[in-house]
Amino acid sequence: MSLRTLPLLVLNMGGEMLYILDQRLRAQHETDDKTQRGGWSEDDRKRVLNDIVRSMFSKAFMEELMKPQGLYSQRALRCVLTRLAHTSIMRLNPASMDRLYDLMMMAFKYQLLLCPRPRDLLLITCNHVDAVRDMVKDSPCLINQINDAQRQILEMYTPLSDGELQFIRQTLLSLFQDVHVRVSIFLKEKIQNPDGRFVLPTSGPVPHGSDVPGLIRWFNSRGREVRRREFPSGGCYCSSLREGSFDVAGDRVTRLGTNMYCTTSSEDTRTSDSSKNTCKTKQQASVHPNPLAKEELNLLAKLMGGMEVWNLASADGGVKVNLFLSEQEEDDGGISSGGDEPAFGVINIQATQDHQVNTELTRIAEELLVQQDQPELPSNKGDDLLAMMDEL
Amino acid sequence: MAKMYHKEKSIQIKSSASALYNNLSVLRIAPRCLTYFTVVHANVVNMVSASWDGLNYSHRQLQSKEGNVATSSSLIMQAAWCVLPSRDLLVLTSQKGIQMYESDGSIMVYWHALDTPETPTAQAVFARGIAAVRDKYICVGVSSGSVLVFDVPSKGSNITLSEVLEEHTEPITDMASECSGSMECIADLVSADDSGTLCVWKSGGDFQLLNKIPGFDTSCSSVKLWKGTVIAGYGTGQIRLYEGVTGILHAEVNAHARWIYSLDIAPFTGLLLSAAEDSLVRVWHLTISPETNNVEVRGQKVWIQWLAKVFIPFELFHILSPYHHKFKCIY
Repeated sequence: MSLRTLPLLVLNMGGEMLYILDQRLRAQHETDDKTQRGGWSEDDRKRVLNDIVRSMFSKAFMEELMKPQGLYSQRALRCVLTRLAHTSIMRLNPASMDRLYDLMMMAFKYQLLLCPRPRDLLLITCNHVDAVRDMVKDSPCLINQINDAQRQILEMYTPLSDGELQFIRQTLLSLFQDVHVRVSIFLKEKIQNPDGRFVLPTSGPVPHGSDVPGLIRWFNSRGREVRRREFPSGGCYCSSLREGSFDVAGDRVTRLGTNMYCTTSSEDTRTSDSSKNTCKTKQQASVHPNPLAKEELNLLAKLMGGMEVWNLASADGGVKVNLFLSEQEEDDGGISSGGDEPAFGVINIQATQDHQVNTELTRIAEELLVQQDQPELPSNKGDDLLAMMDEL
Repeated sequence: MAKMYHKEKSIQIKSSASALYNNLSVLRIAPRCLTYFTVVHANVVNMVSASWDGLNYSHRQLQSKEGNVATSSSLIMQAAWCVLPSRDLLVLTSQKGIQMYESDGSIMVYWHALDTPETPTAQAVFARGIAAVRDKYICVGVSSGSVLVFDVPSKGSNITLSEVLEEHTEPITDMASECSGSMECIADLVSADDSGTLCVWKSGGDFQLLNKIPGFDTSCSSVKLWKGTVIAGYGTGQIRLYEGVTGILHAEVNAHARWIYSLDIAPFTGLLLSAAEDSLVRVWHLTISPETNNVEVRGQKVWIQWLAKVFIPFELFHILSPYHHKFKCIY
């Protein structure tokens, strides 16, 4: 399908990730739970966000993202986003990353589906970027980085035709085709049905460039209108709003892509899998058996020394911090899938301030240097990207 | 106004429909009282064979195969049956090329690989837009804007690429052949692209371009040709009716609030269906008045109950029995 999907995937899903992490870390700070060691202070939160933003918008990373390449599989994409999250001092265990990823996926899927016209996908991306810029507004250096990246993105995508942008959107939709995780905030706002499908409204403004349905016009051979008739449109549409801005700064008009977690509680980030089988991962893996992505994952595993990174969460040096408020949430292992009665799991982001992280990163970096002396591995899609991320 | 349709029994497909233009193809096999349906899901085609009495359904999946590769991960862009006088073929288009199968999907009879560059460029390569034309041609569109014309013998696998039509400069979105059955129509084929440009052709040893109707910077995602009239659905949700040979615009309908994904027409009754991302399918009635040779349009809407089902708007209700205005609802 389209070879230009990766920047939009990473920026939009990365943006959603930052929204959620920001909200969770703020919630932790506001509970004032001093009984937990290694609680997250305001400075810690800012540091985590700054680190992730610095990696996500770094020049080298953006260049790598923008190379023409096929659609990443779910697994490969999740690897990239997990690595992004772990460029900060924070560590998320696999279960937490699972839930975080579910939220990110469903939010972006919702934005993709409800995007009024394909070009509005750029406005949605700009909304994410604008919000991230606001999160790091105390750091002029990061703001410059973000502005540069945004300029590049707009340069790349704005000249594309509506047909090409629709093709990109169709490619992105294929990635989320069979994902129907229910999210409390969506269910509460009635934008998602109990079966996990999103509601497509038949009211509201039509997309920019479209007319309100309901009119037939007839023309003569000289092109003059000779007759017109109206018909009931079946919906409740009104004229389109003004067009959003495609500049680095400006009013995007659309609300899609803005931070919906600003005024929410932890209740709203509950997710549950609507599929009856415990096979969500299997579904994701089977939809796009992309052999190239598998190769790149194998390489990633080698580069990172297997899955050792995950064990840091239980290492004695690290401090486990529960980012959610109630003890019940702490005990709750997560989503129970399978069984007819869907149980509402809670995102339990176990984050660790890892004092060993610098040591670990140094170790990985050293391994990378050693490997470079060996015969060159066959280059794979994503190899350069992932290798370069380790240097961030 | 009398209702122009009624709903029949629904048929469940094995997996979800991908978000692609014109993603439902139908083949009626009258001697066996069967109808075949295909819907593309990623790199697989879901096929359902349904008996006309509504009692028997049989499902199978056709995996995309390319050249010597047993199964391919390359995503399928479109699957459509091509009905020729002597045989029916199932044609699949993907990023790698064009596959043609016997109508039940059992045997691949032809494979055409697209020219793909060594290193990926930003412009994706794929084939999209399939039409059977007259007695022996199958035409397929390509992302470069070319239209490939294949010469199909009455049996066997000796299918050859006989011509490449180079008029479009944007990726082809859809193609359609004249479906009224009338031999008087001059135009045989219409092709549409992402810029909304429509090309009207006459088939033959060398295909002849009869008219090139300019677009208005909006992708035309679905097109039909009926009694010489081009019916085109656009990304803006508009449907336009042009006279094919002259390019005169007959009518313009503000039909949908969002991108139109599919059109279909019942050739004997002039019932037209349009389906769009706004989750609605609309039924229209077209008549051609002989004195003025103009096309009349009047419409009704079909309310889709399953608003929340993500990809349903991209499937099209197909009019199966034009004499009786019946159709099947598929989800």
